[in-house]
Amino acid sequence: MFSTIFQNYHWSIVIILMMVGLYVVFSSRNLIKKLVGLSVFQTSVFLLYITIGKVAGGQPPILVEDHGSGGGGGEEHHASAVTNLMAGGESVAAGGAHHGAEILYSNPLPHVLILTAIVVGVATLAIGLALVVRIREVYGSIEEDVINNIDYRYNLEGTAD
Amino acid sequence: MTPHVILRVVSKFLIPLIAMFAFYVQFHGDYGPGGGFQAGVILAASVILYALIFGLDAAKKAIPPSWVRIGMSLGVLLYGGTGVATWFLGGEFLNYSVFTPDHPSHGQHYGILAVELGVLLAVASVMVAIFYAFGSRQPDLTDEDW
Amino acid sequence: MDILSAYPGWLIEHGAALLVILPLLMGAITAIMPSERLSWVTTMIVTLVLTVTSFGLLLTIMGGESQLYRLGGWDPPHGISFVIDGLNTPVLFLISAMALLTTLYALPSVAAEVEPKKRPPFYAAFMVGVAGLIGMVVTGDAFNVFVFLEVSSISTYVLVAMGASRDRRALTAAYNYLILGSIGATFFVIGLGFLYMETGTLNMADIGRILADLDGGSRVAMVAFGFITIGLGLKLAMFPLHMWLPGAYAHAPSFVTVFLASTATKAALYLMLRFTFTVFDPSFDYVITVVTYVLTGLGIAAMLFASLQAIFQTDARRALAFSSIAQVGYMLLGIGIATAAGLSAGYLHLLNHAVIKGALFLCLGAFWYRYGITRIDDFAGLGKMMPWTMGAFTLAGLSLIGVPATAGFVSKLNLVKAALDKEWYWAATIIVVTSVLAIIYIGRMLLTAYFQSPPEIDGEVVAKNEAPLMMLIPMWFLVLLSVAIGINADLISDAARDAAAVLMSGGS
Repeated sequence: MFSTIFQNYHWSIVIILMMVGLYVVFSSRNLIKKLVGLSVFQTSVFLLYITIGKVAGGQPPILVEDHGSGGGGGEEHHASAVTNLMAGGESVAAGGAHHGAEILYSNPLPHVLILTAIVVGVATLAIGLALVVRIREVYGSIEEDVINNIDYRYNLEGTAD
Repeated sequence: MTPHVILRVVSKFLIPLIAMFAFYVQFHGDYGPGGGFQAGVILAASVILYALIFGLDAAKKAIPPSWVRIGMSLGVLLYGGTGVATWFLGGEFLNYSVFTPDHPSHGQHYGILAVELGVLLAVASVMVAIFYAFGSRQPDLTDEDW
Repeated sequence: MDILSAYPGWLIEHGAALLVILPLLMGAITAIMPSERLSWVTTMIVTLVLTVTSFGLLLTIMGGESQLYRLGGWDPPHGISFVIDGLNTPVLFLISAMALLTTLYALPSVAAEVEPKKRPPFYAAFMVGVAGLIGMVVTGDAFNVFVFLEVSSISTYVLVAMGASRDRRALTAAYNYLILGSIGATFFVIGLGFLYMETGTLNMADIGRILADLDGGSRVAMVAFGFITIGLGLKLAMFPLHMWLPGAYAHAPSFVTVFLASTATKAALYLMLRFTFTVFDPSFDYVITVVTYVLTGLGIAAMLFASLQAIFQTDARRALAFSSIAQVGYMLLGIGIATAAGLSAGYLHLLNHAVIKGALFLCLGAFWYRYGITRIDDFAGLGKMMPWTMGAFTLAGLSLIGVPATAGFVSKLNLVKAALDKEWYWAATIIVVTSVLAIIYIGRMLLTAYFQSPPEIDGEVVAKNEAPLMMLIPMWFLVLLSVAIGINADLISDAARDAAAVLMSGGS
């Protein structure tokens, strides 16, 4: 059993981070700690995607110009790759082998997706922290219990709107 | 006020280099790993470092918050505007090939350059804006209380 | 099709992209506008253009043509494509039309509820939110759905938090919404990761094709389906995952509540339909099991428990928020029936409920605008104090209950018929029972408003003070629309039937 866990260590890390993150979000009563948990949870997803993109023995997916045919040739080659894609022809971006079996590339698509997801994560975190700052200014606390208590007493006074 | 002399001298030396590295990452994005997102964050990091060492007020004097707000919108508009331009040239949204119809790959090149500049501007401005927004809040704990 | 010929060709051709790009770019411009009035006018123009464009697209769909818009000229499955078909176009039109109506309403409402300095960014956030909602409905790329989902959610968190100048609990409501919304979106993106592992593509039509070839795929696809269902369930307030919704609806500025109630959960529900029936397929046994047992069960639970909870609320906005959760239950039941009739009934209820709930929340916003009340006990005498607004509220309330000759009746009747066709007599019974519960919570408000005399302040009866015209127009438009649907539902039923046909054919 342990050997399965260690052989698939990337999955283990993803699962552990995911569970830790979710647990912190649900168990913690402190607003900042909840956001920390959320970030850990999201990070586990980034790792999940990046492990998908890995191709065993793959090179970084950078189009190397063919120096043998001179400067202009490289450009033409680049152009043909682009036109191929636009015609919906041979897949360049889908990863795996390109140019026959010469060079094996890692799949760049998950990385690009995760770049977007990281930006989304940053935006969420910024909004979350901004909200916590405002909550702290209004309620004077970032502990959920204290805030709920204040709201509860406010409701009991019957002035709630 | 002259504490942290070493920090100040080193950062004065480093900040232009960081900004330059940002542009290297930006334009190297054509040929290798890099691009607008990374470059924008690095550029913002140079501003944030300046603010950390020399104070928020000095940073706001160098890069006024109103510029940052305009930068955010301008970045998005540059990106979207490129797409709208391709519309007017008769292509689909963001189909850069229409910029140079007889040589589509050149058009792709110019288009991606404009878009990445927009991304750089937007990301850098947003990062600085977030920093300013959090930084300008009055702390209710003074340094002595810590 | 005469109207369609009046449209310029490029508007229809590029309409799909325009719907997303226009609000996004104008949002960026609005954010730096100095004047509040200018930003409102911009929002108005943008939403008007959106409505006109999506109406044109709706007409082409009615003519039986679906469209595929290739962004950047890249062919699917490599490029991102926008899809216009019978399933998403009515939702697109719903979102843009509701945006237009709420913008009209926003001018007085926002002036009363949001600080002047924050108004241009407020409108900017609203437009970005509209762009996100439209984007997640129109796109044909699964990861793009996630991005637009987050764009709309993040701007919604901001919009909800703007209610803080009126009620500070808006901040905690927005925070809770943010935590649960982000968890939902992250679950969704985990599901997409597994789908990508299984199929190697992100284009929704392509995923659907490959999964069908694999006959449902391995356990990876099964896990993906679970994650996606839960993630979308959080976004659409499926019963046990609805905890964010009452707070967010009750404390947001009233204009935001109207827009959220009538579009945000609907767009998420559309995604649920899209993923369950066209990306996955009910012919896979794990999908049909979840649809029949889990979605139906949770839908029934939502109808019963959320309706009961709505009865015991003191705050009118919270009561209607719980009612929204119950109505999501009806739509889930429609999905759970999983026949063409059930799906079209669920889809019809999605559209009708947006109209009805929009009208109800518009009225509540007007009550707050004039008298600052949201508690049901304070409704006393509103029938005399604001006769027109209360009249609209009454008609919309009757429609929510499902009185004949209203929109609510049409969709509930279709739902009951679909349940009976499938011989789910218990489901039909529960629909009737929950309608009775709706009578109780709506009736409570109406009784207080009409049969209690207006309160007296310093010995004087509070004067009659009708809502401004800018609020009455969208309100009555929606109410009359709901009655019109109740009297003649052919047009909207046809749209729902087309949508169900797209779903049953697996999206092709």
